[in-house]
Amino acid sequence: MLEIKDLHVCVEEDPSEKILKGVNLTINEGEIHAIMGPNGSGKSTLSKVVAGHEAYEVTQGNILYNGESILELEADERAHLGIFLAFQYPVEVPGVTNKNLLRQAYNTIAEEQGREELDPLQFEDHAREQLKLIDMKEEFLERSVNAGFSGGEKKRNEIFQMAVLQPKLAFLDETDSGLDIDALKIVANGINELSGEDNAVVLVTHYQRILDYVQPDHVHVMIDGKIAKSGDKDLAIKLEEEGYDWLSEGASVL
Amino acid sequence: MSETEALESMVGGEYKYGFTTDVEYEDFPNGINEDIIREISRRKDEPEWVLEFRLEAFEKWKQMEEPDWPNVEYEKPDFDNIQYYSSTKKKDGKKPESLDDVDPQILETYEKLGIPLQEQKQLQGIAVDAVFDSESIFTTFKEKLAEAGVIFCSISEAIQDHPEIVKEYMGSVVPKGDNFYAALNSAVFSDGSFVYVPEDTVCPMELSTYFRINNMQSGQFERTLIICEDNSHVSYLEGCTAPQYQQNQLHAAVVELVALEDAEIKYSTIQNWYSGDEKGQGGIFNFVTKRGHCRGDNSKISWTQVETGSAITWKYPSVILAGDNSVGEFYSVAVTNQRQQADTGTKMIHVGKNTKSTIISKGISAGESNNSYRGLVKISPRADGAQNYSVCDSMLIGQTCGAHTFPYIESANPTAKVEHEASTSRVGEEQIFYLQQRGMDEDDAISLIVNGFAKEVLQELPMEFAVEADKLLGIKLEGSVG
Repeated sequence: MLEIKDLHVCVEEDPSEKILKGVNLTINEGEIHAIMGPNGSGKSTLSKVVAGHEAYEVTQGNILYNGESILELEADERAHLGIFLAFQYPVEVPGVTNKNLLRQAYNTIAEEQGREELDPLQFEDHAREQLKLIDMKEEFLERSVNAGFSGGEKKRNEIFQMAVLQPKLAFLDETDSGLDIDALKIVANGINELSGEDNAVVLVTHYQRILDYVQPDHVHVMIDGKIAKSGDKDLAIKLEEEGYDWLSEGASVL
Repeated sequence: MSETEALESMVGGEYKYGFTTDVEYEDFPNGINEDIIREISRRKDEPEWVLEFRLEAFEKWKQMEEPDWPNVEYEKPDFDNIQYYSSTKKKDGKKPESLDDVDPQILETYEKLGIPLQEQKQLQGIAVDAVFDSESIFTTFKEKLAEAGVIFCSISEAIQDHPEIVKEYMGSVVPKGDNFYAALNSAVFSDGSFVYVPEDTVCPMELSTYFRINNMQSGQFERTLIICEDNSHVSYLEGCTAPQYQQNQLHAAVVELVALEDAEIKYSTIQNWYSGDEKGQGGIFNFVTKRGHCRGDNSKISWTQVETGSAITWKYPSVILAGDNSVGEFYSVAVTNQRQQADTGTKMIHVGKNTKSTIISKGISAGESNNSYRGLVKISPRADGAQNYSVCDSMLIGQTCGAHTFPYIESANPTAKVEHEASTSRVGEEQIFYLQQRGMDEDDAISLIVNGFAKEVLQELPMEFAVEADKLLGIKLEGSVG
């Protein structure tokens, strides 16, 4: 589904600031991946680059989605293909309700994918159904997007949006950070409910904690702009116990 | 045609109202002097007292200086090079009695603007007064309104048919010598609308005036007067467009509202005058004096404006809260793009006891434009218990525009409560990226952000216009982020 090949990325305004230095990653339908790594290793940048953020420039390599390069596509065009990013810092949009944003988003994507658009009543039913997943009341639909939300509510809202929009490939950028244990369980439950045979989820995270509730098929460690090691869930446990140092040293020796 | 479609075509699209109607005009000399004013009055067949009103205003105007305090820059108009009265040639030289007498080209113009005047196509539930340059062309639903006792006609007709009312109220809210442009208007004013709602009457329809400036040489100097007697209610909306010319045209209007005891006037504006091109060539100078007088106790006047057009806007719809417990409201969205400049706001003058005012101003600047809010809240010594609440928010799109806020508060009564909040925000890359990631293109993303920002004001518009105002904001800002 997604193939990232030798991806090199720098900051558009400052090309000397190289963030990704040759990332290779393949993600198939039905898989859950976890990308871990220390601060500044490029995990968040990778998610944003896949989503099409304009602040970054790809200098080498490619990103293929279902076999086709998406590098030339705008962020909205990538969203139309079913790529979703749950933001590390969800943005506030005062005066625009969650419901209005999501209905417009849902119908735009549905139209692009040739699926049926939903009228306001149908959409409301669909959205209410998804609210249960994240254990939120219906008022949540009428509140302005992220405006005045607590940190935990913002993160839950990202999962809610994912549930409503039903993406094929979702990058969750530190969605687990700053959540208490109950909220973490809710978020994890949402991820489990939404992952299936036809879609894939990539968890970008600092902590092994969420992996107690979501079982990843693959765990990758990112260090200094590259994937330093890939493995299964045991890798995450080892990281939790031993930290990242053993990998950085190994990487420098190589 | 439904109201929604009508408004859609009125505000929709890139500036599609820039066309010119090729009509024959009566000759009228350029410039301003006593003879010109006498000639305007003669052509309109006005009674002597109106001519005197004009001449007194002209005397005052000659002594006045064009104000330079607004935060706008422009080349001052050459007042000797403006044609102050512009009327089209008529059959028999008479004002049309029915639509059959109206120049078909003018009817076509209004149809193109989405405001058909022909009986079978008229907007349902909305009475329209159509003003073309200096004249009211036609007013729809006059008879139906008359059945309810409501008078809705052009001010020229009102002077002929209801002189006693006009004489009592005209100039009572905005005096002849109030300011430079109000004085000029009082000297040369032409058609605007006249509304009179008698006691205990809720006006059965939405009233509206559609202003069109067509003549390149002329300006528009309309005068509107709305009077609501005790315990009556009216909602009125004006729309404005003009052709695309290289040179600037002057629009200097005066609007006076009078609300007596327990009366309520709701006045909404969708201003979409031609705003000039991207280099700042052409466009309307919109220098307007609008003021309402809450004369009776428990009366209410509410201004709602969506200002998107004009090269320069200089406009402060105000309320004098004279009656006890009276209420004044000002809801404004002002959008400037390219080289537009706006200096707009309000004055709330609290005189009566327990008077309340609310000011919600949302300024949106893009391109190289400059957008200023200027507002005065004045509490007089006897306005015990007066309350004001003001919010002035500015939103910037891009790096080359400006937003400014000039709030003035003068309180002479210690029991008054005045609250003022202000904020400035910038539409950020992250905000746009967030919405694009949810599937919206850049223009839709900006439109959504801006409409969310302006929501408190847009929801004050009459229902059938709110959706269209929404669209107008989006269209106005299309492509404003590079």
